[in-house]
Amino acid sequence: MYNGKYIIPGIVIFVGLFTFPFWSNLLTPKYERPQLAMPADQKECIEPAEYMRAEHMHILDVWRDQALREGKRAYVASNGKVWDISLQNTCMKCHANKADFCDKCHNSNSVSPYCWDCHVAPRGNQ
Amino acid sequence: MSTTRRQFLKIAGLAAFGLGTSSALDAAEAVAKDMPGAKYDVGGKHLAAKRWAMVIDTRKLESREDYDRIIHACHSVHNVPSIPTKQEIKWIWTDKYDRVFTDDMSQHLSPAVREKDYLLLCNHCENPPCVRVCPTKATFKRADGIVVMDYHRCIGCRFCMAGCPYGARSFNFGDPRPYLKDVNPAFPTRMRGVVEKCTFCSERLEVGLLPACVEASNGAILFGDLDDPNSPVRKALAENFSIRRKPSIGTQPGVYYIV
Repeated sequence: MYNGKYIIPGIVIFVGLFTFPFWSNLLTPKYERPQLAMPADQKECIEPAEYMRAEHMHILDVWRDQALREGKRAYVASNGKVWDISLQNTCMKCHANKADFCDKCHNSNSVSPYCWDCHVAPRGNQ
Repeated sequence: MSTTRRQFLKIAGLAAFGLGTSSALDAAEAVAKDMPGAKYDVGGKHLAAKRWAMVIDTRKLESREDYDRIIHACHSVHNVPSIPTKQEIKWIWTDKYDRVFTDDMSQHLSPAVREKDYLLLCNHCENPPCVRVCPTKATFKRADGIVVMDYHRCIGCRFCMAGCPYGARSFNFGDPRPYLKDVNPAFPTRMRGVVEKCTFCSERLEVGLLPACVEASNGAILFGDLDDPNSPVRKALAENFSIRRKPSIGTQPGVYYIV
């Protein structure tokens, strides 16, 4: 091979750099689902936990439009229970520990929603 | 039967199309869903009206304390900051006659009327110019006549401030939180870069409470349905001479003044 002494190390370096995401992922510790602080006095959320985990932003989005634009401030959950539509006065009443509930999961997933620029975080936090 | 190159390409194209659309359909199915069985409803306690309106009986408001008590009631409930500069935020405030009723051409008004302070707030117009100019529909008029804002959607363009003939809107030039001494934990604050204004306490009406300023006014401010002849506002308007701000521009304000 012509110029093998340059080409082969070059290929090795290239493959090393190219596969960096794969081997760096193998070397770093595995992602673990953060341990969240659950409300002590409540057993279940407004909807099943699986649904809340996946769709809580969707629910907040619809809640905002229903409350503000349609004037509908009561949420009748799938189990028939009625809740006031309010992030500050309903959600955060139970989930009063924002730092160990919202933030913990959001931080480990690198999402930074800007809810708290306007909405007042519960005082139970400080 | 042997396959020609033409047939092969046709089938390959169709197959690729099918594969593409099926993955697109999967993606569409993965879009967020409402919980089956969940419903939205108006709360049991909410107050309803066809057209909410306010009557301010200026004869019953005299001292500075009267105005300050009302202003404080509103601003503390809604986390309105007190910023002591031109960047002030105000939902309800006062001014003198010639700045309030600018259409009035009377040269020789009684000094008592001219020197008096008048309470000012968003007029919740029938034809709100702020709603017409808002490019994002952040400001909108509800079916019951209240003009409200969705701060999530406000981009801070301030067209509404230019559109409002009553100066009822304030812009958050900076973060309002440092100027809030006591935050009401039941109501949000605002953030830098959004416009804000009086909401006619739509959030209180929905839980069965009258607006904060009405409660704090000791009967000087009346609130009710303009379409209901038996409502307190209609009765007060039937019995007294009342005026509105800038009637000539056709916005049909929902705030009436008995002078």
